Amino acid sequence: METRLNKKTRAALSVIAIALFVILVFLGDKYISAGSTWKMLITVIEKGSIFALVAASMNLLNGFTGLFSLGQAGFMLIGAYSYAIFTIPGKSHDAVYQYFDGGLIKWSIVEILEGKMGIFGHYLGMFIPMLFAGLFVALIAFLIGIPVLRLKSDYLAIATLGFAEIIRAFFQWNTLGPVTNGSNVLRKYTTYNNAIFPVIVAGISIAIILLLINSTYGRAFKAIRDDEIAAEAMGINLFKHKELSFVISSFFAGISGALLAMFQTTINATPFNTVMTYEILLIVVIGGIGSITGSVIGAFLFTAASEWWLRGLDAGKWLGIQSSLMRPGFRKVVFAVLIMLIVLFYAQGIMGTKEFSWDGFIGWWKKLPAAIKGWPQKRKAAAAAKKEARAVKAAAKARAKEAKQDSEMKKASGAALFTPLPMTDHVVVFDKEGK
Amino acid sequence: MGFLHTWLPYILAGIAVGGQYALIAIGYTMVYGILRLINFAHGDVFMWSGLIMVYMITVLPLWLSVILVILFAIVLGTTIEKVAYRPLRSAPRMSIMISAIGVSYLLQNFALYITGGLTKTYPAINWLQKTVTIGSATTKMVTLITPILTIVLVVMLVMLIKHTKIGMAMRAVSRDFETSSLMGIDINRVITVTFVIGCALAAIGSILYFSNYTGINPMSGAMPGLKAFVAAVFGGIGSVPGAVVGAFVIGICENLIKGAGWTTFSDAFTFVLLIIILMVKPTGLFGEKNIDKV
Repeated sequence: METRLNKKTRAALSVIAIALFVILVFLGDKYISAGSTWKMLITVIEKGSIFALVAASMNLLNGFTGLFSLGQAGFMLIGAYSYAIFTIPGKSHDAVYQYFDGGLIKWSIVEILEGKMGIFGHYLGMFIPMLFAGLFVALIAFLIGIPVLRLKSDYLAIATLGFAEIIRAFFQWNTLGPVTNGSNVLRKYTTYNNAIFPVIVAGISIAIILLLINSTYGRAFKAIRDDEIAAEAMGINLFKHKELSFVISSFFAGISGALLAMFQTTINATPFNTVMTYEILLIVVIGGIGSITGSVIGAFLFTAASEWWLRGLDAGKWLGIQSSLMRPGFRKVVFAVLIMLIVLFYAQGIMGTKEFSWDGFIGWWKKLPAAIKGWPQKRKAAAAAKKEARAVKAAAKARAKEAKQDSEMKKASGAALFTPLPMTDHVVVFDKEGK
Repeated sequence: MGFLHTWLPYILAGIAVGGQYALIAIGYTMVYGILRLINFAHGDVFMWSGLIMVYMITVLPLWLSVILVILFAIVLGTTIEKVAYRPLRSAPRMSIMISAIGVSYLLQNFALYITGGLTKTYPAINWLQKTVTIGSATTKMVTLITPILTIVLVVMLVMLIKHTKIGMAMRAVSRDFETSSLMGIDINRVITVTFVIGCALAAIGSILYFSNYTGINPMSGAMPGLKAFVAAVFGGIGSVPGAVVGAFVIGICENLIKGAGWTTFSDAFTFVLLIIILMVKPTGLFGEKNIDKV
């Protein structure tokens, strides 16, 4: 990079870009009519920003602290319920909790604050339960973390997956019905009325995650990820930092759960299952494990593809192609195949471990025309290299076959008995715990 | 006697389910023993064997369908291994696990597409559905057949592992991957054989399991899969008899919990057990001491 932007310019660019985006989303949601295709874009931005937040929170754990946790859906579930329970208006309680005599809690924070402070109270009344949702999830995560974080890699994964299932069972338990409405849906709680709400909340949360990653704590997390023993030797308290990362990640998963509840307007514990966690994990993988920018891009791509671009695959017509293969569910198959291809052939994801920076962006933009022009050549070179590699492989195979035939012939003639042992020209170092 | 009278049906159901979990758990424990990979797709191979049976029985006689279902599971399992796990053999463990999750996601979504999201009725195999009465409990024939068949198959498998050449290779590979490859063991062949055995047993398990539950949908592989994995951990991962004992314990406990009226928590119990065992005895009941897990 020849020219680097100074700090002020970078900050100004960021502020302008964010402001522009927020204004566009706000106006878009307000003035685009409900039937138009562009409304889909707004929906994608809403849902995408919610998943961007939860993906970023999962990335904090998986990508930056090296803790392979699969409990995200469970934490989102707690967040969604803790938000919804406290914001159902009093008069709707009888309808929502129809099987539980109107439920245990007969009031909502939104109403109480709205009565005292008007419209400001309304938003404060939404903000407080959302914060509570995050904090409550963080508390649960703290308790779960004490036993679970002593486990390593796949055992941690399966234990957190297990806790997510336990949480789901708990929220569907009939005895808790007066609060959680058992296995029935919660609805009629307060939701936002413009798509900028989730965008702003998710944006601020992701910014906090980024600040955390760039702080001393973040560096400690990365040290734990790269080498636990070395990190411990450098004086990092492993358990304390793992717990911190787990709790913070869960806090943001809780917030995104609350946002998801608002987005969906009704919630039920059933969809917060392992598949949902898998989807969040796949978003992280698509974006790049270890890149928050990647998680955000991944979340928007994932949502756009599944909600918008690939919709036609379910309806029978996509990009002008019509086929009887395309019936409901086909979209998800294509999608899963695409994801598998990414996992197998493009494992570093879109961003790898890189983050967005204005310098990088400008450099990329400048190089783009040249890259597009040079692409056919590059492809040709890659094809040639592949061909060469294949030829080398075939030659090696032929040699091996020849050698085998040779040795078999020798064996048959008894010559093998007198062949001297081959000289070893290298030393193999055994790595006992090489796995 | 009063106690037995009330609880016998649950215990019998538990033993049956336990046997079915055991057949799935063997696939998990053997693959984990060798590849150190939780094969998240194993539960979906199990589900797919069930689905194929539903489609197969409409055109083919029973005996042929059973054989074809087992063959199908073997082909599916080995293909998954070849396509999704083999290219990543030297990659970090997290990548292979993500690949396994991706395969599971693909298999579930594909099943969703094929079935249209509807719950299919599993074909009634008359002989397995016959009712029998034991003491105070009336139950299906499958309840009796499952534990017997499971034990016979497991004994055969243990014999195979202990007394044949390929079994010896398996033991060597699970002890030390690199060294055994240096000793001239064809690792890929051993892994393929492992997948063949695991998937064949899962297919047999699916026939028994779905005969008992009748309904099958794209998600019905996930929970038994996870439970079987917990059973494998409980018994000591890598150990076949351990997985079987673990599966029976989980099956029986789960049904006793259902009997006590806590059905909501019967699934959650499995994970409570997992967490307890990982805290108290991370190597499981029959696990080897030197495995670095916790």
